[in-house]
Amino acid sequence: MELTIKYFGMLAEVTAIAEEFLQIEPCSVAQLVKQLQKHHPKLEDTNFKIAINQELVDHTHMINTQVEIALLPPFAGG
Amino acid sequence: MSSFNPRYHRQIILPEIGTTGQKKLDTSKVLVIGAGGLGSPILQYLTAAGIGTIGIVDFDTVDISNLHRQILYGQNSLGINKAIAAKERLTDLNPEITINVYPKKLTPKNAISIFSEYDIVVDGTDNFSTRYLINDACIITNKPLVYGAIYKYEGQVAVFNYQNGPTYRCLFPEPPKAGTVPSCAEIGVLGVLPGIIGSMQANEVLKIILQLGNVLSGKLLMYDSLTSQFSSFTIKRVESEITKILASAKNFETTNYNLFCGITQIKEINAEKAFRSKKAMFIDVREPNELPKIECLNPKYIPLGTLKEELPSLNKERNIIVFCQSGIRSKKAVEILLESGFKKVSHIKEGAISLYENMPDLTGL
Repeated sequence: MELTIKYFGMLAEVTAIAEEFLQIEPCSVAQLVKQLQKHHPKLEDTNFKIAINQELVDHTHMINTQVEIALLPPFAGG
Repeated sequence: MSSFNPRYHRQIILPEIGTTGQKKLDTSKVLVIGAGGLGSPILQYLTAAGIGTIGIVDFDTVDISNLHRQILYGQNSLGINKAIAAKERLTDLNPEITINVYPKKLTPKNAISIFSEYDIVVDGTDNFSTRYLINDACIITNKPLVYGAIYKYEGQVAVFNYQNGPTYRCLFPEPPKAGTVPSCAEIGVLGVLPGIIGSMQANEVLKIILQLGNVLSGKLLMYDSLTSQFSSFTIKRVESEITKILASAKNFETTNYNLFCGITQIKEINAEKAFRSKKAMFIDVREPNELPKIECLNPKYIPLGTLKEELPSLNKERNIIVFCQSGIRSKKAVEILLESGFKKVSHIKEGAISLYENMPDLTGL
């Protein structure tokens, strides 16, 4: 299945892309994160939450279908 | 009086607001923390709309590099405390409301008593430690929190702790490592972005008070000013995050939020300095069977695992020096002590091994 991955804030700078497509077998969010960190090693030093189809999920959540993934970092500025 | 006040005519004629709505605004009390980029539009719109009482917390002074985005201020405000300078401008904008200024840093010690005076808290700060502090104080005092934050060309808005909705910790339970998320001062910001995000926060405040539309609770709104795109994400309430804060509410005043956000450096001393620190109280956090013992320092023996239980028996005023075998557990012990309000705490680099190797010649004493 193909996932759309969207990077927000500093994550788009770390990965040097705002959006990408990823071919992947069904997996958990934790496994997906590992996979993304392999592609973009600098992601390992960042903090973010994962949303699937605009809904925040935890790392045990399973991804079985073609969905849109968003990586959301915290912002501090004001 | 404000019900018939021509100042508010254009909002009173909205059928959803009317004189009843204006009265609600007039009797509301809103606390705005941070009178900077976000605080500037928040404070101006809330003042103009006729919020009866507004509190402003800011310890900082106006700098010329603030003026491109902090449009509350002008040349005449330079060098003046932001809360005080803001009040001057806002009083000119609307002299019919009450403005309380707190020209000081928000701390765990003063947060609860300040928050208790208000109905809604608005976060316009610029750092993680204050954001977590505000969130936790809102949980403890049960106040809705209107959150906004920016990074370069992007912004986030949400309403937390509103009618049993999620809190900031349900979204981000842990802060990022210190130094991994740069601030506006480090990476820059275009002035309009905090203007947009702060205006959205002000709008959420008015919606809460006027019970208008759908309050942005249970959602995180992301705005990208370069692509002009809004995206909204659903957040769930995580009960365990909230009960954790409520359970430790009695220790809130002594919580070190800088430490929680990894800002405080843990003080490390070497063995030579430890032996010279005659007045300090030493704590050996190793297990009882670990050798060598460093008896000449006359340490208290408190294994790391039992340190939390032993805290009440320790004097917070004393200079405390912790050691373990190699300096790893002692670092953890210092974190525990600092989190519990101990101030004068350090640990020994390379622990008992280094102490043993550098032990002074006791025969000469």
